[in-house]
Amino acid sequence: MAIKTEPFVINIGPVHPSTHGVFRMRATLDGEVIVDLEPVFGYLHRGIEKLAEERTYTGVIPLTDRLDYIASMSNNLAYVLAVEKLAGIAVPERAEYLRVIMAELQRIAAYLVAIGAFLNECGAFFTPFLYMFREREKIIDLFEMVSGQRLLYNYMRVGGVSQDIPEEFLPALGEFLKQMPRFIDEYDRLLKQNEILLARAKGIGILTKEKAVNCSVSGPVLRASGVKWDIRKADPYSIYDRFEFEIPTGEVGDCYDRYRVRIEEMRQSLRIIEQAMEQIPSGAVKSEVPHLIRPPVGEAYAHIEAPKGELGFYLVSDNSIAPYRCHIRAPSLMNLTALREMVIGWKIQDAIIIFGSIDITVGEVDR
Amino acid sequence: MIASPSLNLEHYWQTLPPDWPGGFWWHWLVLTVIIIASVLTLVMGYIWIERRGMARMQARLGPNRVGPFGLLQPVADAIKVLIKEDIVPANADKIVHWLAPVIAFAPALMIFAVIPFQSGTAGRLADLNIGILYVVAIGSVSTVGVFMAGWGSNNKYSLLGAMRNVAAVVSYEIPLVLAIIGVVLIAGSLSLNQIVLAQDIPFILLQPLGFLLFFIAGCAEINRSPFDLMEADSELVAGFHTEYSGMKFALFYLAEYAEALAISAIITTLFLGGWRGPLLPPWLWFVLKVIIVFSVMVWTRTTLPRVRIDQLMALAWKFLLPLALINLLITALEVLAWPEALPWVMIPVNIAIMVVLVLLWSRFFKLGWGRVEV
Amino acid sequence: MKFERYGKGIAKGLTVTITHLFRHPITTQYPEQRLNTSRRFRGNELIWDNIKCTGCSTCAKACPQGAIQIITSVNLGENQYKVEKYEVDTGYCIQCGLCVESCPFDALFLSYDYERAKYRRQELVMGKEGLLLSDKKQLSAYARPKVEATLPKQTLLLNRDKVEK
Repeated sequence: MAIKTEPFVINIGPVHPSTHGVFRMRATLDGEVIVDLEPVFGYLHRGIEKLAEERTYTGVIPLTDRLDYIASMSNNLAYVLAVEKLAGIAVPERAEYLRVIMAELQRIAAYLVAIGAFLNECGAFFTPFLYMFREREKIIDLFEMVSGQRLLYNYMRVGGVSQDIPEEFLPALGEFLKQMPRFIDEYDRLLKQNEILLARAKGIGILTKEKAVNCSVSGPVLRASGVKWDIRKADPYSIYDRFEFEIPTGEVGDCYDRYRVRIEEMRQSLRIIEQAMEQIPSGAVKSEVPHLIRPPVGEAYAHIEAPKGELGFYLVSDNSIAPYRCHIRAPSLMNLTALREMVIGWKIQDAIIIFGSIDITVGEVDR
Repeated sequence: MIASPSLNLEHYWQTLPPDWPGGFWWHWLVLTVIIIASVLTLVMGYIWIERRGMARMQARLGPNRVGPFGLLQPVADAIKVLIKEDIVPANADKIVHWLAPVIAFAPALMIFAVIPFQSGTAGRLADLNIGILYVVAIGSVSTVGVFMAGWGSNNKYSLLGAMRNVAAVVSYEIPLVLAIIGVVLIAGSLSLNQIVLAQDIPFILLQPLGFLLFFIAGCAEINRSPFDLMEADSELVAGFHTEYSGMKFALFYLAEYAEALAISAIITTLFLGGWRGPLLPPWLWFVLKVIIVFSVMVWTRTTLPRVRIDQLMALAWKFLLPLALINLLITALEVLAWPEALPWVMIPVNIAIMVVLVLLWSRFFKLGWGRVEV
Repeated sequence: MKFERYGKGIAKGLTVTITHLFRHPITTQYPEQRLNTSRRFRGNELIWDNIKCTGCSTCAKACPQGAIQIITSVNLGENQYKVEKYEVDTGYCIQCGLCVESCPFDALFLSYDYERAKYRRQELVMGKEGLLLSDKKQLSAYARPKVEATLPKQTLLLNRDKVEK
C-alpha cells in the first residue's frame, strides 16, 4: 500500500538568510523534492526608470550606480556608452583606457562577492567570504582614491570620466596586480578540490546549452554551460579589441562550473588590466560637452559585459535635457528566468546553492 | 561482614577511598562541585576559544572589548540570554517543552562523572568498571531531549529537523561504539581508569583508524560542522530549537558545547593518554589535551563546507561502518594472535592499514549523486 | 588505479586556514585607530565660499535630487548679485558631487569628515551660516585639485597587509 502524499507549498521568504537581498521563492515540495518554483520579486522596486525621466542626462548617472550596487562602475559605463551613441560624442584615448581599467577592476570585485556568497551558502562558515572581502577591500581602496566613495562611485561621465587619476594610483595598482594572483591561488587551495564542496556542487543544477540559449541567460551562467559568448569579443565596445584575453567556459553547466568560470575570469581580468596599464597614454580625460546635453531625436541601445551578464541601456531622446525613456535590460532578471529549470528535481538545500550560484542582485531585478 | 542483601551501609563505610579523609559522601560532594564548576568554566572557555580562534583564522579579531582579551564575552552572552523573555508557543505541550532543554543538557554533565583527570581516587567521581558503556549509554539520552524539543514546539519544521537529528545521531552511534571497542580490546577493560593506566603508548598510534572514525562520528553526534545542517543559518528551517528563547535556548547552546567538551574529554582519555605526561601536574595535562582536541574541531569548522542530509547518512552507513568493522576485525586479530607483540610493530602496521583502507574506500565516492529516491 | 578525492582537498584547505592563524589580522579598531580616507572623499556636508559665489545656481540645476535651494536678488545700485537664501538639505543629498564639479567659480566644496550624526533630522538642513567656509572645516579635494596638498595620504590595505610569497 503506497503512502499518499500531496505536494505542499513552502515560502522561502523575503528575509533571506544569505546575502542576496529581498527575494521570495514559493516552492512546491513533494516530500523533499522540489516540483515547482515560483520566484516573487518586486520588494526593492524604486522606480529608477521613471526617475530617470526627470533628471538631466548627467543627473541619471548617480541613479544608475544604485542598480547593481555591487558593480557600480559597470552600470555607469553602460549608461554613458548609450548616451554617447545617442549624441555622437567621442571620447579621448586616456579616458577609454581608464574606463577599461575601472571596469575590469570592478569585475574582479563583483566576482569576489559572488563567489564568497556562494561558498558561504555551501556552508563554509564565512571563511572564504572574509578572505575574498579582504581582497575586495583593496580594490575598493583604489576606487576610493580615484572617485572619493567606496560603493557608489559616480565616476563615468558623458564624454569621458569625471577626474584624472592621482599619481599614486598606478603604483598602487601595480602592487595589487602583483599580489592578486597569489591570493587567487590561495582560494583554489582552500576550496577547489574540497571533497565536500565537490559533493555539494558538482552535478547539481545543470543547465544545458540549449536551455541556456533559449532562456537568454548571459554572463558567467551562459559561459559555464559551454557557450563561448562574451560581448567583449562578440560585439566589442570601447577599446576591448586592443587587448588579448581568453574566455573560459565550463563543460557541464552545474554550480561547480559557474564557480570555476568566475575564478578563471578573474585571472583574465588581471591580464587585461596589465595590458591597459602598459598602454595608457596621457591626455585629457573628458571631452568638451555642454553642461546640459541635448541629444538629437532618436534612440540608442548600448550593452556591455557586466559582471552579472549583459547589461543594456535603451534610451529614447526627444531633444530635451532629460531622457524621454530609459529602459534597462537587467541581466539578473533574465538569468532568473532559468532558475525554475535548474531547480526542479532537487532538494531545498540544493535550491539554495543553485540560487546562490546564479548570483543575482535584487537591485537590478527590481530596479 | 558479608552483608545482608538489604542496605549495605557497612560495606560502604569500609570501602572508603583510603586516601580520602572524611568518608564517601565528602568525596562525592567535593568532586561533584569541582566537576560542575570546572565543566561550566571550561565550556565558557570553549566558547571563547572558538570565537577567537575562528576569528583569527578568518583574518579578523574576535571579541576583545568585554574584559581583557574578551574573556568575559561568554559571561556577557549568558547575562544577555538570561534577561530575555521566555516565549512558549500557544499550542505547545508545556511540560515537554519545558523539560526538553534539561534532558538535553543533563547527560552532557553526567558523562564527566567517570572521566579521570588525575591519578588516584581523587581523580574521578566514580570508577565504574563499565565506565565506557556508561558513557555511551548516557550520551544517547540527550537525543531524547532533542526529539522532545522538536515535538513540544508545535511546529512541523522543528519536528522535521528533530527527526533528522535523531536519525543522524542513531546512525553515527554505531561506528562510534565500534571504534571504542577497538580501544577496549587493547586495554582489556571497560573502565576508563584502566584504559588510561594501560596507555604507555597513546592509543592514537595503535589505533589510528579508530581515532579517525571516532573523531568523525563524534563531530556528527554533536552536530558540529561539517555536519551542522540541523542548526545551520542558510538552511530553510532553523532546526529543533526555533521556538526557544531565553534561558532554555541558553541551555541548548550550553549543551552543544558541553557535549563537544565531553567528546573531547573522551577522545583524550581513550586515545591520547588522559592525564599522563611528564613534568606538569596531571590535571593540567588533561586540560591541555582537551583544548588541543577542541582546537582541531574549531579548525575543521572554519574550513569545511556543510554536507547534505542524504550525504550525511551515506557517509555513516557506507563509509564509516564498514571501516569500523574492519578495524575491529584487525584489532581483534592482532590482540589474539600476537598478544606479546611489541606495540612498536603494531604501530606501522595499523597506520599502513588505515591509509590503504581510506584510499580504497575513496574509490566509492561518486559525484553528482544528488538525485533522491523518495 | 588512480586515487583521488581521498581527503587531499580537505587537507589542503586545512593548511590554508592554519597559516592564517599566524598572520596579523587586518581589522582596524575604530574609534581608537582610524584610517585616513582618500583625499577626494565625498563627505556629507557642503562648504560654501560666499565671496566667490555669484548666485548663478548652476549647482542647484546640476543636483539630481534638488537638495540645493538658492534665492538671489539683484542689488541694482552696486550692480551685484546678493545671495539671500542658500540652503542645502544634507539629509536628502546623496553626495554625488555633481554640484561641486559644475560650479564655474570654485565656490563650493565637499567636506572631508564623515562623523556628523545628529539627533534631529531638522539639524541636517543647513542654511547660509552653517555652510560657510571656515578654518575649522576640512575641505575635500574632490574636483578641487588645489586642496590636495593640505590633506594626508590615504592609508591603503595594500600597504598594511604585505605578505611575502
